[in-house]
Amino acid sequence: MDPECARLLPALCAVLADPRQPVADDTCLEKLLDWFKAVTEAGSSLLLLQENPCLVELLFHVLKPQDLSSRILSFALRLAGTFAAQENCFQYLQQGELLPGLFGEQGPLGAAAWAAPTVRSGWIQGLRSLAQHPSALLFLADSGAVDTIFSLQGDPSLFVASAAGQLLVHILDLATRGPAEGHGRPQAQDWPACAQRVACHLEDCLCSEAAPRVTQALHVLTTAFGHCHGLWTQGLWVQLSPLVARLLEKDPMPAPHALVELLLSVARSSVPSSNPGLWETAAQTLSRLSPMQAGPLAAGILKLQDCPQALRTQAFGVLLRPLACVLEATAQVPGTPGLLEGAAGDPMAVDTLPPSKSACVGLLCSTLAHLELLQPLPQRPSPWPQAPLLAAAVTILRFCNGSAAPSSEVGGRLCTMLVGCVRVQRAALDFLGVLSQGLGPRELVTQVFAVLLEYLMSPDSSPTVLKKAFQATLRWLLSSAVPPGCCDLEPRAQLVLRELLAVLQKRLCSPCWEVRDSGLEFLTQMTRRWGGQAGFRQALLASEVPKLASQLLQDPESYVRASAVAAAGQLSSWGLLAAPSSPEHPAGPQKTPLEELLLVLTTDTEGFPRRAAMRVFAEWLRDGHVAVAEDRERFVARVLQAASGDLDWEVRAQGLELALVFLQQLLGARSPGAAPPGALAQALRVLCRVQLFEFAFRSLFDCDRPVAQKSCDLLLFLRAKAAPSSSPQEAGDSPDVAPVEAALRRWRAGEQGQPLGELAPEAVLAVLRSMDLEALRDTLAKSSDHVERSPQSLLQDVLATVGVLGDNEADCY
Amino acid sequence: MKLYCLSGHPTLPCNVLKFKSTTIMLDCGLDMTSTLNFLPLPLVQSPRLSNLPGWSLKDGNAFLDKELKECSGHVFVDSVPEFCLPETELIDLSTVDVILISNYHCMMALPYITEHTGFTGTVYATEPTVQIGRLLMEELVNFIERVPKAQSASLWKNKDIQRLLPSPLKDAVEVSTWRRCYTMQEVNSALSKIQLVGYSQKIELFGAVQVTPLSSGYALGSSNWIIQSHYEKVSYVSGSSLLTTHPQPMDQASLKNSDVLILTGLTQIPTANPDGMVGEFCSNLALTVRNGGNVLVPCYPSGVIYDLLECLYQYIDSAGLSSIPFYFISPVANSSLEFSQIFAEWLCHNKQTKVYLPEPPFPHAELIQTNKLKHYASIHGDFSNDFRQPCVVFTGHPSLRFGDVVHFMELWGKSSLNTVIFTEPDFSYLEALAPYQPLAMKCIYCPIDTRLNFIQVSKLLKEVQPLHVVCPEQYTQPPPAQSHRVDLMVDCQPPAMSYRRAEVLALPFKRRYEKIEIMPELADSLVPMEIKPGISLATVSAVLHTKDNKHVLQPPPRPAQPTGGKKRKRASDDIPDCKVLKPLLSGSIPVDQFVQTLEKHGFSDIKVEDTAKGHIVLLQEAETLIQIEEDSTHIICDDDEVLRVRLRDLVLKFLQKF
Repeated sequence: MDPECARLLPALCAVLADPRQPVADDTCLEKLLDWFKAVTEAGSSLLLLQENPCLVELLFHVLKPQDLSSRILSFALRLAGTFAAQENCFQYLQQGELLPGLFGEQGPLGAAAWAAPTVRSGWIQGLRSLAQHPSALLFLADSGAVDTIFSLQGDPSLFVASAAGQLLVHILDLATRGPAEGHGRPQAQDWPACAQRVACHLEDCLCSEAAPRVTQALHVLTTAFGHCHGLWTQGLWVQLSPLVARLLEKDPMPAPHALVELLLSVARSSVPSSNPGLWETAAQTLSRLSPMQAGPLAAGILKLQDCPQALRTQAFGVLLRPLACVLEATAQVPGTPGLLEGAAGDPMAVDTLPPSKSACVGLLCSTLAHLELLQPLPQRPSPWPQAPLLAAAVTILRFCNGSAAPSSEVGGRLCTMLVGCVRVQRAALDFLGVLSQGLGPRELVTQVFAVLLEYLMSPDSSPTVLKKAFQATLRWLLSSAVPPGCCDLEPRAQLVLRELLAVLQKRLCSPCWEVRDSGLEFLTQMTRRWGGQAGFRQALLASEVPKLASQLLQDPESYVRASAVAAAGQLSSWGLLAAPSSPEHPAGPQKTPLEELLLVLTTDTEGFPRRAAMRVFAEWLRDGHVAVAEDRERFVARVLQAASGDLDWEVRAQGLELALVFLQQLLGARSPGAAPPGALAQALRVLCRVQLFEFAFRSLFDCDRPVAQKSCDLLLFLRAKAAPSSSPQEAGDSPDVAPVEAALRRWRAGEQGQPLGELAPEAVLAVLRSMDLEALRDTLAKSSDHVERSPQSLLQDVLATVGVLGDNEADCY
Repeated sequence: MKLYCLSGHPTLPCNVLKFKSTTIMLDCGLDMTSTLNFLPLPLVQSPRLSNLPGWSLKDGNAFLDKELKECSGHVFVDSVPEFCLPETELIDLSTVDVILISNYHCMMALPYITEHTGFTGTVYATEPTVQIGRLLMEELVNFIERVPKAQSASLWKNKDIQRLLPSPLKDAVEVSTWRRCYTMQEVNSALSKIQLVGYSQKIELFGAVQVTPLSSGYALGSSNWIIQSHYEKVSYVSGSSLLTTHPQPMDQASLKNSDVLILTGLTQIPTANPDGMVGEFCSNLALTVRNGGNVLVPCYPSGVIYDLLECLYQYIDSAGLSSIPFYFISPVANSSLEFSQIFAEWLCHNKQTKVYLPEPPFPHAELIQTNKLKHYASIHGDFSNDFRQPCVVFTGHPSLRFGDVVHFMELWGKSSLNTVIFTEPDFSYLEALAPYQPLAMKCIYCPIDTRLNFIQVSKLLKEVQPLHVVCPEQYTQPPPAQSHRVDLMVDCQPPAMSYRRAEVLALPFKRRYEKIEIMPELADSLVPMEIKPGISLATVSAVLHTKDNKHVLQPPPRPAQPTGGKKRKRASDDIPDCKVLKPLLSGSIPVDQFVQTLEKHGFSDIKVEDTAKGHIVLLQEAETLIQIEEDSTHIICDDDEVLRVRLRDLVLKFLQKF
């Protein structure tokens, strides 16, 4: 601990111990604890306490019956735990009978303060920190703390209850960890008494008739198998698995969700390698749970890297069953091969779908979500039933828009429950999008596009559904390129495209801004992908879409304007942007896309469109857009001038990115070394002309750190390119850098109004060399509160808050 | 209680309810879809329409070619359009006591009923209903009268000839009862029979029933009706909406505890969500205008148009359409726009509060002020001077058979730049367009029907829980075109009773009780006796006096005085003496105890048999039988009066007397 902190510590302890001076800010106490933890981890706690007796005094002070706030009490408990984590310090505190006082029955445990959840939480966390060595185990056993922990598992505060469970796991782990080998003893009967007590307690809970107790035990076990990797976990499973299996036989099954979590946690641990019985339990559970409860277990099993094939098949069957029911509900011929062989006519399959709407919707959504997550995994079931899954997704979407023809009573029920259900629509569209990664039979893919078009056309599609439909359509269009990777659209997609553009046209005129926005995003992405393809260009130019997109640059909603800027940028890159005109000003002077976007950058009142314009400009510069290539220098100068005066820091930061692109283009980004002197001199003259240096130097002192960082990186890049070349000695006369440095000083001081004036390239180089940019970069890399985060500052803060309080008191008199 | 169903149109109902001693007509809707069979009435001479070829039978017989014209494969009657009236033969309409009107669309047949059937009763409706209903009628009469047509076709209506005609003329129902439009004089006379009512106002009908209008949320002044007596309640739900549009919200709570709920006027397009349709309307409108085309919106002069104008008010600036003129053309355009602003108390809360700011409740006032919306009585006059394209025109009639809309269809139909957007759900847009084919202009169908859909109905029924639901047969099965959509029908328990045109339904509940008042002096004389905790009985001797459907129990006249020699006997005293009343008995006979009592009194050889209604106690020795049932006890013994009296007294021991 640094001496200044040690000096402040007694005052701090006095403040904390004084009930008349409450610490206003809770986070201060947390920060103090973090600091003490860091200090004790770095050195001896015992030494710390001996050098700073005020700390022990504070702990003793807490023990006295008085009116201390529960927050301070909790803090003291956790602090004591932190110190006692080291065994010698534990002994030291034990000698003073401090620990029994704090954690034993004569402490807060028996006092009124115990009613505060924060005290109970502090007590547990203190013990959690303390329990690091065998002496601590003895202490826990002797002080009766273990029984208190058992009871705290049912605490009304969920934080306390959960922490109690975790502490039990920690105690088990600590107790069973063999001092020598570190892997622990697998056999439960060999465990020390403390661990056996915990195990017995878990056994009792599992046998209990009270569901909350069973749930508590299952949570503890889930944590144990999830976090502890010692061999002892295997012993624990051997001892408790018969009780878990017995839970499965109960009707109704208690705590099914917790049971599923436990089984998955055990399956992911090292237990299955030595105990294959687990797989039987899992299989049994799968068959006993309702479809809604079994879904997460089935999905979890399928995500396991290593598990018996039979169980995987069973789990996949469980997961697919709701979708099989959906397919069955519209099958024209009963018994049509569906998702599950043999599912047709299976009474279980009919019962899979719950009768209530909310349950059925929930089941379908979770099934679709599980399958969506499984699809891209390497260990997903193989063969993957791509075609029936596609058919199921399409059918669900058709049920949701009322166009599916049910062929059974279940189908009629589904029709009533799913019509207009936005939740299922969103889930099914997401899933359908993911399925685009695989191929499907031709007629099914046609159906996919048909249903997607239905959704895009339907006036009833909600904005979020529409967005998802656009996303799914894009994915399917991308996947339908033949051969894979080729950028041409296949003939069928070409047909779809015409209809799509007609829909898009209407959607871009929607009164709902979210719809216009997602329409524009879709247009941008399509153009990015196929802007160069003749078929696409032809279809797009034959539609009103480009014209509408440029009209939307004037949209009243800023998000839409931003998307319109991106779309216009992309369209213009491919020469697809129509001259904007509105019915209001049909014969107005027509602007070029560049002027149009510069207007947005300089006049738009909202940040989003201006940021979007900067992104487009950077892209244009990078890709050599035709409007930029005409006069690149003038383009950069105009954009940088607009960006430098922008109030939005992101716009300024993007301005620097654009400047870097320009710099790289001038000086060559690829070659690591310095630029050839001739090229450098020419480049520097250009950079001076576009006033890039003024922008970069100003940005160095920008009040927003990311801008300053970017500027620093830019100047460092430039210096690296210039450094080895002309040194001042070689250059002969040293340039006059005084005006530049004077301006920089003023800017640093916050006087931003001063212009830099004409710059000589040599002066710029000289200034660059004289500046300690590396140091600046390091300073900027630190978070802006690095000064304020020092422990010293923390202590001063706490004291200052209380000090202010004191002043106020004095004022009263 | 009976329901006479005079109209087959579920949203333009006309039913007659016989309840207690009253005959109440519920709505008076006019089915105007019949006009779709007629040729449009152009405002200016249309060479295309006047040159349509006459239609001849397959065998070449052309005797109908003056009456029927052919256009793009469809056959139309070339005559003044006619309307399909409600049934007038099912019940003698002169016996109708009152007509309850629920909204302005459901009163269009009123002049036919009040002026031509001998109707002498009263019509009840809210003020906005009457005022806007008058505008609709006035517009209709104006549309038809301003284009006089000499020809009136009747040959085709001959049943034998009608059979030979192509569809849909062949299938048109009750063509012989179709009538031409009424006159303004008849309208005025019909409207003079209306008595204005306010929401929740209780109106007594002959002391027998009470009727109350409730807000139905569908249109300005639209109502549902409660018809109730002391012990029965019938709710009549017609054209209601739960959406937040301009009218006052629907009053659902008052519909609770109905014995019968008559449900009519649900949305005609259950698959179209009004919000989505408004979006569709705006998008298509903008798309057309941006391309330099004109938009035609065939509509009624009141109702959804207010909401559309409000949406456009918010949308046009964002869509960059603020310089596009909007024209509203109707003989009643001005009145409709102004009426809407003065019925503040009938508007939704939001609009009501605007009045106190003070601001006009509807933003179309601002559109008019800024010259963005202009209204004209017809295309003649000022309109032709102001007319500027591209533009948006709102005008009637949605059937496209008469009104200024006919002119715009002829004018704009040839260009694919223009669009006609159908927002009114009352007419099939394909049928409406049939006489204009071939048509180049784009047609968009965005029916906006804010009335209840089936999900809302099912929630409503769950909430108000009527004992029985009665509705048109169309609501009890999925729409014919979507037979799998079982969600598109009324789903309730017990299943709804359905009706169709010209059907008489006996409503499934019997009246059990009638309220009778007891005069105070009679009540004073009663001596109640508690027979169970909370239940007291008293015998009453009184005279039941019934007048104006009210029943009163009055004290009986005093028993005749012993005739003194001097007193003259008055006629009113000549009333038969009341008989000495036997005590009334109550209670039940516990068989086991009764048998024990019998045994105690020396009866032996007793057998008890259980029957469906009670027990039979057999005294075999005495050859006697005691039949004990829930509401009677019989002692059957042969001529042994002493035994009977003994047994009777034993029975009476178990019963209470009063």
